Amino acid sequence: MATLEIKDLHVSVVSEDAPKEILKGVDLTIKAGETHAIMGPNGSGKSTLSYAIAGHPKYTITSGTVTLDGEDVLEMSVDERARAGLFLAMQYPVEVPGVSMSNFLRTAATAVRGEAPNLRHWVKEVKGAMADLDIDPAFAERSVNEGFSGGEKKRHEILQLGLLQPKIAILDETDSGLDVDALRVVSEGVNRYKASGEVGVMLITHYTRILKYISPDFVHVFAGGRIVESGGPELANQLEAEGYVKYTGSKEAAALS
Amino acid sequence: MAALSTQPHSHGAVVPVASRAEHFTSYDVDAFEVPGGREEIWRFTPLKRLAGLHSGAAATGSAAVEVNAAAGVTVETVGRDDERLGKAGVPGDRVAAQAYTSFSQATIVTLPGDAKSEPTTVTVTGAGSGSVSYGHIQIKASQFAEGTVILDFRGSGAYADNVEFLVADGAHLTVIAIHDWADDAVHVSQHHVKLGRDATIKHTVVTLGGDVVRVTPVVQYAGRGGDAELFGLYFADAGQHQEHRPFIDHGQANCRSNVVYKGALQGEGAHAVWIGDVLIRVAAEGTETFELNRNLILTDGARADSVPNLEIETGEIEGAGHASATGRFDDEQLFYLQARGIPEDQARRLVVRGFFQELIAKIAVPEVRERLEAAIEAELEAVGA
Repeated sequence: MATLEIKDLHVSVVSEDAPKEILKGVDLTIKAGETHAIMGPNGSGKSTLSYAIAGHPKYTITSGTVTLDGEDVLEMSVDERARAGLFLAMQYPVEVPGVSMSNFLRTAATAVRGEAPNLRHWVKEVKGAMADLDIDPAFAERSVNEGFSGGEKKRHEILQLGLLQPKIAILDETDSGLDVDALRVVSEGVNRYKASGEVGVMLITHYTRILKYISPDFVHVFAGGRIVESGGPELANQLEAEGYVKYTGSKEAAALS
Repeated sequence: MAALSTQPHSHGAVVPVASRAEHFTSYDVDAFEVPGGREEIWRFTPLKRLAGLHSGAAATGSAAVEVNAAAGVTVETVGRDDERLGKAGVPGDRVAAQAYTSFSQATIVTLPGDAKSEPTTVTVTGAGSGSVSYGHIQIKASQFAEGTVILDFRGSGAYADNVEFLVADGAHLTVIAIHDWADDAVHVSQHHVKLGRDATIKHTVVTLGGDVVRVTPVVQYAGRGGDAELFGLYFADAGQHQEHRPFIDHGQANCRSNVVYKGALQGEGAHAVWIGDVLIRVAAEGTETFELNRNLILTDGARADSVPNLEIETGEIEGAGHASATGRFDDEQLFYLQARGIPEDQARRLVVRGFFQELIAKIAVPEVRERLEAAIEAELEAVGA
């Protein structure tokens, strides 16, 4: 049973002049089998939380701990975290020119699984996973994310999620910029991953609409760099109706009106 | 790369002193002044490291030229009085003129007309450490010929030469010039390409070894419909100076050119210079041209200078453009790959391989492609990246 435990996490980013504190004491525990929705207005620090857990060099942890099954995540390099079972589906996946998607996927799977996958099985596995996400097989020979539309990038993030089978998946605004069909396909991909084993999901989102497809067990409201309220799925309904005004003092909708 | 133009980069800082059309050329070395280093065409080159190639050093040896010719391809070794020589272009700087004045024997490789020939390899081996030598090679693609010539420069010593490429009407010539010299070698080379009507050349320069390597490929068109693709791939290590100065001289209507040079640099004092000149003369209506240089700086202490110059004397063209970018290793790409479990050193290799992939994929000779891939791997191993 995998457990991701975040305790009193403080994170700063180095800006032009002085370090700026973005996360101000985040406490959150995600166990295998649970889906936690992190909802909050723009600029509340939701994405920073995801990047800090993944180990992006731009962010400095000033205090607090992050452990995965008791192991200190913050001591690990970015790739060690991934191999330990953490996965971050990024809001803005990076383009890597000249590296084909198929080469990238095989290299990543080899690293995460600890051995090169059997070629014949692997080809079949990738083909099937791509078909599940309505991805044209031609993408396998294209450079990683290069020239992909927003929706194509997100589908490929979920493709990687399915192939790398992490213990804990962090989905950073995977729903942003998706049309209705793409949102459905991507959500189904996440649900397949959830159904595939005992895994934990941290679903970061601004809007409630993805929660119609992926049902959360817990909903947390993120504002001002920390979790300000936690509850069950009913909290999402409340946000849908009232927006974030209660937490920020300004009107920002959580539903698409 | 994300970090464009954050690096030492001279794009835009230089205004050509004179039109490229007025660039002086001569077969005679004495028609050129000995450069002092402040001249526009020499200002990036470390003259002190040229072993006197620019200031009249006499030959002390001769480079060995060995040709592994494909069936149907003829190879001749001729004296300097052979009247077929010097037809593809006139030396454009003092070292090229010195080479033209000083070589004792030339090699002429002729691809048969109206036929497709297998790759031919010309291996030039320097005369050894401390030596000075001059050479001359002419590659002729006869009418409607189709074939590949690989020029493989290796060994030690200082060497200057002119390489002519005479591409007859309707011929398609592919050239891969690999500068894989020993660490102490100095090579100053001018390539002269003359393209006939509807002739094409795919000209790739690869520069890996040597202390100083300076290559000046010049393309001229003798008829309409000519098409020149000039590719360059270089990897400069600590202390190496690699300079590439392609010049496309569009003097005929309806011709095309495309220049893409990409280099990686690593280590203290690694220096790459790229001067890309394109001149579209009044007569060259319907010209289509683009030139691009990209440099990837892998470590501190390396420097890339990149200067694209585009001169257009007629408005009746299809298109003309240039681009130059020098960037550091992109940390976001590394983060993305590592976030998928790929260890840092492997991720770096993937990114650098990816950077060169576009050019390597264009090399149609598998052995050469594999050799380049292996060379890039070895370069990356060397720095521990």
